[in-house]
Amino acid sequence: MTDSRLPLLKERSALKGRSARAWAGFAAAAVALFALAPLALSDFRLGLLAKYLCTAMVAVGICLAWGRGGLLTLGQGVFFGLGGYAMAMHLKIADAGPGNLPDFMQLYGTATELPWWWQPFANPVFALAATVLLPMLVAALLGSFIFRRRVKGAYFAILSQALTAAFAIWLIGQQATTGGTNGLTDIQGFFGYDLNDPINQRMVYFIIAAALLLLIALARQLIHSRYGELLVAVRDSEERVRFLGYDPANVKLVAYVVAAGMAGLAGALFVPAVGIISPAMIGIVPSIEFVIGAAVGGRASLAGAVLGAIGVAWAKTALSEEFPAAWTYFQGLLFIVALAFLPGGLASLVGMVQRRRASHASEEPSPALPVGEAA
Amino acid sequence: MVAGAAALAAAVALSACGAKTDAGGSSDKAAKADTSGDTVKVGLLNSLSGTMAISEVTVRDSLKLAIDEINAKGGVLGKKIKPISEDGASDWPTFAEKASKLIREDRVVATFGCWTSASRKAVKPVFEKNKSLLFYPVQYEGLEESPYIFYTGATTNQQIVPALDYLKSQGKKSIYLVGSDYVFPRTANKIIKAYAAANGMKVLGEDYAPLGSTEFSTIANKVKASKADAVFNTLNGDSNVAFFKEYKSAGLTATSMPVVSVSIAEEEVKSIGSQYLAGQLTAWNYYQTTAGAANTEFVKAYKAKYGQDKPTSDPMEAAYTSVYLWKAMVEKAKSFDPEKVKAASDGITFDAPEGKVTVDGASQHIYKTARIGKIGTDGLIEQVWDSGKAIKPDPYLKGYSWASGLS
Repeated sequence: MTDSRLPLLKERSALKGRSARAWAGFAAAAVALFALAPLALSDFRLGLLAKYLCTAMVAVGICLAWGRGGLLTLGQGVFFGLGGYAMAMHLKIADAGPGNLPDFMQLYGTATELPWWWQPFANPVFALAATVLLPMLVAALLGSFIFRRRVKGAYFAILSQALTAAFAIWLIGQQATTGGTNGLTDIQGFFGYDLNDPINQRMVYFIIAAALLLLIALARQLIHSRYGELLVAVRDSEERVRFLGYDPANVKLVAYVVAAGMAGLAGALFVPAVGIISPAMIGIVPSIEFVIGAAVGGRASLAGAVLGAIGVAWAKTALSEEFPAAWTYFQGLLFIVALAFLPGGLASLVGMVQRRRASHASEEPSPALPVGEAA
Repeated sequence: MVAGAAALAAAVALSACGAKTDAGGSSDKAAKADTSGDTVKVGLLNSLSGTMAISEVTVRDSLKLAIDEINAKGGVLGKKIKPISEDGASDWPTFAEKASKLIREDRVVATFGCWTSASRKAVKPVFEKNKSLLFYPVQYEGLEESPYIFYTGATTNQQIVPALDYLKSQGKKSIYLVGSDYVFPRTANKIIKAYAAANGMKVLGEDYAPLGSTEFSTIANKVKASKADAVFNTLNGDSNVAFFKEYKSAGLTATSMPVVSVSIAEEEVKSIGSQYLAGQLTAWNYYQTTAGAANTEFVKAYKAKYGQDKPTSDPMEAAYTSVYLWKAMVEKAKSFDPEKVKAASDGITFDAPEGKVTVDGASQHIYKTARIGKIGTDGLIEQVWDSGKAIKPDPYLKGYSWASGLS
């Protein structure tokens, strides 16, 4: 959202100010996640926060692909699920011990040994790499097909939804090898550490918090690079970018693949935090929920998307604890209010305040609204 | 920033010294239930939103009825019971989150609820980890004995196997299997196929529809073309509405090809419409029409509290019974401590609406009488057959030679 109409000098100082603010925000987030939260929250609440941070990691990717790239990714559940299942498969094999089958296979399956596609996941390095690379690979294959065919807008969103529904249905059908609707449950250990131990649960939380900060830093780097500018340009006017000699398909593909990798990592870390991965986390509804968090917070702003995702997940817990019978109404109301009055999300409030202050300080005409909100 | 990073690294390093998986139970990490005041809290964990809400809300109501009755008579061990209700939202990870909240934040002495097998599987590790008790009130697919779960619904040898015995006694030689695509139907059908193979019955087809699916014209036509003697239906929820409408429009009737359903109770009959179901069979352990003074009382109390048009059903009855069984266990143990309650559980009896039930301490299931019923035009189910006595629970079907290859 750089405003090219400002004089160069002013832009440079604005850049500097923005960078300083970003660092301050980043440091504040680190202090909140690593010092305040563990001190202030009970083990149970910290565990929930770990779960919310996983949704925030997905939101970072959505901010990049949707907020910046205009790709309405309504199918992040697939990538979240791929990462989650890759991790859970390894942990289930490790829990069962060498030579044994995971518990659900003994119950529902007929096989006496691990199916071939489970076997590589016995290797921790393969499984860890797969949590990120597998979703990226799938996204790359799919993306190159979709974007080259110039599928976009609602068609892209429908396609992502169809994919996520198909994946969930397939998982449910393969009960003997995927656990069906139950998913992979009862995960006891995490690379040799006992997940029943509250200290280890805390460690998982720290890993998730660190991963989230890392992803935010990575996304910020991408957004403020030349590539980031190009991505916004593709979002706002794909044809113009094409005539300038760039291939918009490649630009979009990178954002889509990176977002998929982030969702995969989030899914992988969700597993030790919650102890379960099931098709319920993958279908159409959770995929939409991922997007809603980012939309409420503000999809084009990293901080907005992340805080929105955490806030919506937290509100879901808080409302359902307070009003177990009626919380869904409140949740619906929250979305309607947020999106009807602030279509750019809560983050656009900050922008509005800043613009107002800026126009007060110098009697210049206020800079144009970001075009992105129309995407 | 450097200092911050260092502090951060230190924090991670400090926390990275938890127990290893092979270290064994080093310390007792169970959350202690709060029994200090004049009230004790119990958790009610049911889906109050989402696709399962229609069924699970009735279970929650039934649990509340039992709790109110017990409180009116002085509570348990002199303490009043305070129910804390949580919404599992028909979503399995949410069930795990709420179970954890009930045990660790509310410090409940026991939890009642869950319906689908997936939700039970999701919370099972939570109850085991925290050494807290769950009372599960729904018939299920068996093959499970968690040390921290009491199963007050039927296991397979108290529902599915008797239903097959009944079909066999009626001279049905071939069946067609229709079910929702999830764990219970798939496991039930595995058992049915093993039974059929050993008893000279033919399984002419097996079809699964995704949970919540309402497209059944193909399946109804396949069923019709198969010319099976009977249909074994393990569909769940609203899929039944669509299935029975298609079944009727395909020209199939209860006399030409009866359907035995294991997930349709009085509440579901009401929503599907008795005109589609009249004459069809169900397999349960309890019906609203079951004879006995305890049931008359239960039905009267339920209708008085929730409305004259509200039917009572098997899972509601099993939920109601579970609260009384828990009370009896606590009173025998003279303690709310889960370990002592478990130790006291064997042989506990209760004059439940379905008749006298007894807890089998070894499996933590209960003895139940199997009942086949016929759905009437008034929406109620009349019993046509029962097992005569309460059947001993056998979740792993160890007592059935034909089932040896199943688990």
